[in-house]
Amino acid sequence: MFKYFEPNKIFAITSKAPKYVLFLFIIVLTIGLTEALILSPEDYKQSDAVRIMYVHVPAAWISLGIFTSLAFLSVGSFVFKNKNFALIAKSLAPSGFIFNIIALVTGSIWGKPTWGTWWAWDARITSMLILALFYGMYLLAWRIYEDKEQVIKVTSLIAILGVVNVPIIKFSVDWWNTLHQPASINILSTNTAIHPSMLVPLGIMTAAFALFSLLIFLMKYNTELIKVKNKGLDRL
Amino acid sequence: MINEIISMNGYGAYVWSAFSFTLISFTALYFVTKLQLSKEQKRFASKFGSLNVEKARAARSQNINREILSNTSNI
Repeated sequence: MFKYFEPNKIFAITSKAPKYVLFLFIIVLTIGLTEALILSPEDYKQSDAVRIMYVHVPAAWISLGIFTSLAFLSVGSFVFKNKNFALIAKSLAPSGFIFNIIALVTGSIWGKPTWGTWWAWDARITSMLILALFYGMYLLAWRIYEDKEQVIKVTSLIAILGVVNVPIIKFSVDWWNTLHQPASINILSTNTAIHPSMLVPLGIMTAAFALFSLLIFLMKYNTELIKVKNKGLDRL
Repeated sequence: MINEIISMNGYGAYVWSAFSFTLISFTALYFVTKLQLSKEQKRFASKFGSLNVEKARAARSQNINREILSNTSNI
């Protein structure tokens, strides 16, 4: 099955896709920003400060999703001995890290008007900071190690160890008393604490952020493939 | 209307700084990634240009190399 996803076969698609993804991203982001900043209602308790949710929540979701993907891809590269998995994981990590930083910074900005503090060593916030450290270690390892086999082992280990933190982040608000509010959306049930007038902009912003991470992934993946081909030219 | 959007009931500084930080991060990551990609494409083109006829023909036989070269000409 993996032969259909070999870099040589999919490069024709991945090299042309970014311009279409960028176009779609700009359209979806424009709609999302209009909804989030102008059309959506203010919250009865938090007033307009609630609008920070439209960047904070999608960023947190996508950073968690990408790190989980890194762990699965790392296991995949071990099990199937497929280096393309490692290349895909390496290309996903930068956008995951940026989304993690965005979630931390916008969360801190949101914390000031709602909790009265920029930062608290609370379970959810601290576990998100730990995730950022794992992302940092993962990206640093790709820069530090020269040997391909060694770097794949080290980064896989970081991703597999780091993914243990993902359920801790998810359930931290249920397991401990935290400043952070519990989850308002449960994808496994129809019960959601958010009104559709806020849920729709949140969905659109999440789609925009997902498109941005796809765009960065495609550009990064193409860069990595060209690097491999550059080494191939040296060996000719 | 414009004043209301800017002030956000007194939360404007928080809301706008959160959105600005997000959009600046997006822009920075996009341009850094684009720069890395075009640098690598240029390196490939220059290496390809320095190959002798025989090696260039061998390299050109791979679809992916032809694809990289065609994208490089668009930079």
